[in-house]
Amino acid sequence: MNFNLAGLIKAAVLNGTPLLFGTSGEILTEKSGNLNLGVEGLMFMGGAFGLAGAFWYDQAAGGNASGIVAVLIALLCAFAAGCFGSLIFSFLTISLRANQNVTGLALTIFGTGIGQFVGEQLRLKVGGNISISNALKGSFANPVLPQSLQDIPFFGQVLFSYNGFVYLGIAMAIVMSIFLNRTRRGLYLKAVGESPSTADAAGINVTKYKYLATVIGGGISAIGGMVYTMTIAGTVWNHTALSGEGWVAVALVIFCLWKPLNALWGSVLFGGLMIMYLRVPIAFLPSQIYKVLPYIVTAIVLIIVSLRQKREDQPPASLGLPYFREER
Amino acid sequence: MTHAVELKNITKRFGHVVANDKVDLYVDNGVIMSLLGENGSGKTTLMNMLAGIYYPDEGQIFVNGKEVSIRDPKDAYANGIGMIHQHFKLIDVFTAAQNVALGIEDGKYDLKKVADGVREISEKYGFGIDPNKKIYNMSVSEKQTVEIIKVLYRGANILILDEPTAVLTPQETEKLFRILKAMKEDGKAIILITHKLNEVMEVSDVVAVLRKGQHIKTVRTAETDPQQLTEMMVGRAVTLNIDRMDPVDPKPRLTVANLTCRDSEGVSKLEDVGFIAYGGEILGIAGIAGSGQKELLEAIAGLRHISHGSIIYTPEGKAPQELVGKTPMEIKDAGVALAFVPEDRLGMGLVGGMGMTENMMLRTWNKGKGMFVNRKEPEKVAEQVYEFLEVVTPSIDYPVRKLSGGNVQKVLVGREIASSPSVLMSAYAVRGLDINTSYIIYNLMEGQKAKGVAVIFVGEDLDVLLALCDRILVLCDGKVSGIVDARTTTKEEVGLLMTQVGGGKEALA
Amino acid sequence: MKDKTPLIRLAKREDMAKSKIWMIRLAAFAVAILIGMLIFVIAGANPIKAYGTMLASSLGKKSGIRQVVKNAVPLLGVGLALAPCFRMRYWNIGAEGQITMGAMAASYFALFWYNRMPSALLLIVMAIAAMLFGAFWAAIPAAFKARWGTNETLFTLMMNYIAIGIVAWLQGGPWEGKPGSQIIPMFDQKAVLPKILGVHCGWILVLLLVVAMYIYMNYTKHGYEIAVLGESENTARYAGMNVAKVTVRTAALSGAICGLVGFLVASGVNQTLYSDVAGGVGFTAITVCWLSQLNPFAMIVISLLLAILSRGSSGLQTALGIPASISDIITGVILLCMLGCEFFINYRIIWRHKETAGKEAA
Repeated sequence: MNFNLAGLIKAAVLNGTPLLFGTSGEILTEKSGNLNLGVEGLMFMGGAFGLAGAFWYDQAAGGNASGIVAVLIALLCAFAAGCFGSLIFSFLTISLRANQNVTGLALTIFGTGIGQFVGEQLRLKVGGNISISNALKGSFANPVLPQSLQDIPFFGQVLFSYNGFVYLGIAMAIVMSIFLNRTRRGLYLKAVGESPSTADAAGINVTKYKYLATVIGGGISAIGGMVYTMTIAGTVWNHTALSGEGWVAVALVIFCLWKPLNALWGSVLFGGLMIMYLRVPIAFLPSQIYKVLPYIVTAIVLIIVSLRQKREDQPPASLGLPYFREER
Repeated sequence: MTHAVELKNITKRFGHVVANDKVDLYVDNGVIMSLLGENGSGKTTLMNMLAGIYYPDEGQIFVNGKEVSIRDPKDAYANGIGMIHQHFKLIDVFTAAQNVALGIEDGKYDLKKVADGVREISEKYGFGIDPNKKIYNMSVSEKQTVEIIKVLYRGANILILDEPTAVLTPQETEKLFRILKAMKEDGKAIILITHKLNEVMEVSDVVAVLRKGQHIKTVRTAETDPQQLTEMMVGRAVTLNIDRMDPVDPKPRLTVANLTCRDSEGVSKLEDVGFIAYGGEILGIAGIAGSGQKELLEAIAGLRHISHGSIIYTPEGKAPQELVGKTPMEIKDAGVALAFVPEDRLGMGLVGGMGMTENMMLRTWNKGKGMFVNRKEPEKVAEQVYEFLEVVTPSIDYPVRKLSGGNVQKVLVGREIASSPSVLMSAYAVRGLDINTSYIIYNLMEGQKAKGVAVIFVGEDLDVLLALCDRILVLCDGKVSGIVDARTTTKEEVGLLMTQVGGGKEALA
Repeated sequence: MKDKTPLIRLAKREDMAKSKIWMIRLAAFAVAILIGMLIFVIAGANPIKAYGTMLASSLGKKSGIRQVVKNAVPLLGVGLALAPCFRMRYWNIGAEGQITMGAMAASYFALFWYNRMPSALLLIVMAIAAMLFGAFWAAIPAAFKARWGTNETLFTLMMNYIAIGIVAWLQGGPWEGKPGSQIIPMFDQKAVLPKILGVHCGWILVLLLVVAMYIYMNYTKHGYEIAVLGESENTARYAGMNVAKVTVRTAALSGAICGLVGFLVASGVNQTLYSDVAGGVGFTAITVCWLSQLNPFAMIVISLLLAILSRGSSGLQTALGIPASISDIITGVILLCMLGCEFFINYRIIWRHKETAGKEAA
């Protein structure tokens, strides 16, 4: 057997990072009792607007564009696009009490449309595949830690050789976990997701928590799309490659039992599954069939999760249900 | 003198329904007031406006003489008002302390501090609650105690309890009343929403009576009696006696033996249950909520997997047959009817979005050949139920979800009776009904009994069970803890049986 | 004190007149069109001209109309397929995969059996194979849902990717035409659906299906079971219905119709098979289904509307250089507006000023 374990792990982590953002964002959203099936659309929007932001900055700044500014702009654009998309979702489902399932699907149609539209528009404007200057590309995809750390055998590559988004994602998941389990606001948010009427009776502003969690969660998910486009796809708009990421992210939420820390290794696992066909070819297995492996595993995960009935592992009790105080 | 809380001219409407009509009411510190009224008289709505769940359409609220505006529960707490709702407002997967911490904003977030506070209150009143126990591991009575602690922890001076005894055994009820009296000594104002007269007489100092959303009168408990209160509540003199006749020629209709059921996780829900239900009698079933009442009826109706045991059914003039192993449809067709009224009234037995006709179809939908449903028959049945039970609905195709609770239950019970069953099982048939409609239902049961039907009646109110049934089977933790003669037993005896098996351990709700 | 009354409060509305309900929905549609205009402006196009181009390229000439009908057929067919699932509150978003599998099964006969039977028989065999495969593909998640309550939304979705992967493999592998082409050869003419009025005869089939589905949902025992199960699983069990059976049967029926649509598209339109045969129809049809409130007849109108939109926007791309994905955006906006407007049908808004008058009098 001849394969490079460290290389495989590294690739899995890199490919898992967009999922980590997508999943963590959706965990935050679902903790408030909102089931936003529009993650696919949000990640498209994040990818397209993140790319567009970096691209226009690159154009505007000419030769002396700063890498850090470009990264920040891309982050901000993606986050804002995700917030915008999930704000639509929030308004419809929280304020107007529309069906969450259908609204999420509508957001997917809308978001993938917008993402695709922006990506195409850029391509038409430039006349060919759009791409940003190599210097800027590097500031997205290059390792951020000192070379000496990266040179440590095996661990250097497995732990210290990543771009900034990987560490940002890990920090974000840890912060989210602390928020949910160690802070008052986190307790309130979980209460809203479990039983909005209880939270309401306790004087917690249910609408505010639902809006904030859903909008911020959507923004975080959208960053995942941007990370995909700017690192894995090499700053080229490629909608076929991005398609499916958002849905796997939604499924991962179930797999991770609504816990951000589980998302850390869950996303690496699925990131690995997504690139296995490139890294660990199996002689008899055609790559097209091998490629659907993550989807097959997701389906199996869904089945296994449905078999397990532990009390602590259940979704937030009010997930998917609208709340109306004066219901009678 | 200023009152702890005073309502002036409070009006609340829901659509065209006036839930509260110009209510004036007050309560003082150190007083337990009962808020008495039938179901639907607007008691809970009125109190929900104090708790910030609803906002009044008109009127003013004063706390300690100062006008306040209570827009949400936060305002209510800020004014020292705490409400313990009938359906507990607790998060199942949280601990007691986490539940108490909800909505409290005092400096740094410190669950330990909250837990200490909970322990302190718990010791002061003798609650015996572990702050770190998860709610889903608690009994009903413990959950209620957590609700009370929640309110006390926030320093509430005015406590509102919405039908707190509905889920308790007589013994737990007494304990609760002791606690209420202790809090009264502490100078708190307590409002007890109830429709049970004996509780009113036992625990309260004053009684305020509501009828059809209006405040009828407030009287001192010492200066009144149940008969007078009932008249105020219902609006005219009523006899509260059920005309119970002796069973005529009772023959075994349903013989249940060694019935054992487990749920999907293997937890035993019914254990070794055995009894005989006779034709021409009403067999009552009592027990704490969740003691296996629902499971027993479902097992007989074929809706639940039976681990072992037998259910022998002997229809009038026919050979006995075994029901275990038959499909729900076959059991139904053999003449066993089930009218189960769940907490939300719909959800089981009726389809809220459909009209009466289509709901009647639930019994007959697969009758007849071919792929099409027969609409004619159920339409006739719907007409009959509509006329005979005086269902108030714009048309028999009007969605039953939009009917009032009483009418929904008439549709459900009416349909089961219309199938002329020989065993009629009903659970919580009068849940949430006013006294008049309740008596219509009781009379329907009596009528079925007179026709020789074996009636099995699961009830919540022990007074009603004692007055209506011939025998009462008491369930405790999924086991039969006794079968008593309803004419000679007492509430205390039944109450003890409800908790006795398994050393007084209560079943989870 | 008075200004402390909440600014807006809500109350459930009882019944609203039918005409008013449709006025609200029409208004929501108008709002969606206006938002569409805004998007055109942002994209740097004249919105009036853009809509004009869309109408002209879709309804302005015969070929455009034919194209619209061609696009509407699968939308309508899949919309019909999804209706019983949605009525049952079973979120089948796997139509995409079911279409693909149906098309694959039909293609197998078109590619390898065309010279062994007459055209009519071949087409019938293709249709049946497509329906069976679609039904099978839909029944897998349904069976897990029925047995263990497995989340069907995500499961059906994963089945899409798996189906598309299988066809992609066939395309570049066993069924590949010229080696290295990554393309499956065109069907023989015997395996192509005949045309009626210039469009493959599938349009007649789906129109018949509209009537059949209306009857199925409203007058049959199956339809009644589906309606009851959708409202409450407990009630369905109570009424003696076999919940698992109804779930799997309904999903399989839905998959069968999707499979049939896959056959119509592969044989009538593409005349070959490729992995993108479903082309997003499975998702857009969800819109069709929901916008028409599960009413089969309304689906005819909605599917035509969305087909005009999609045809119009490809015209837009050629004429004005605006990416055709604008049609997805507008479809999404229409759906979002329609979802939002239901609120105004179901709820009444009470503003503060209406009641302060009453308070001041008190």
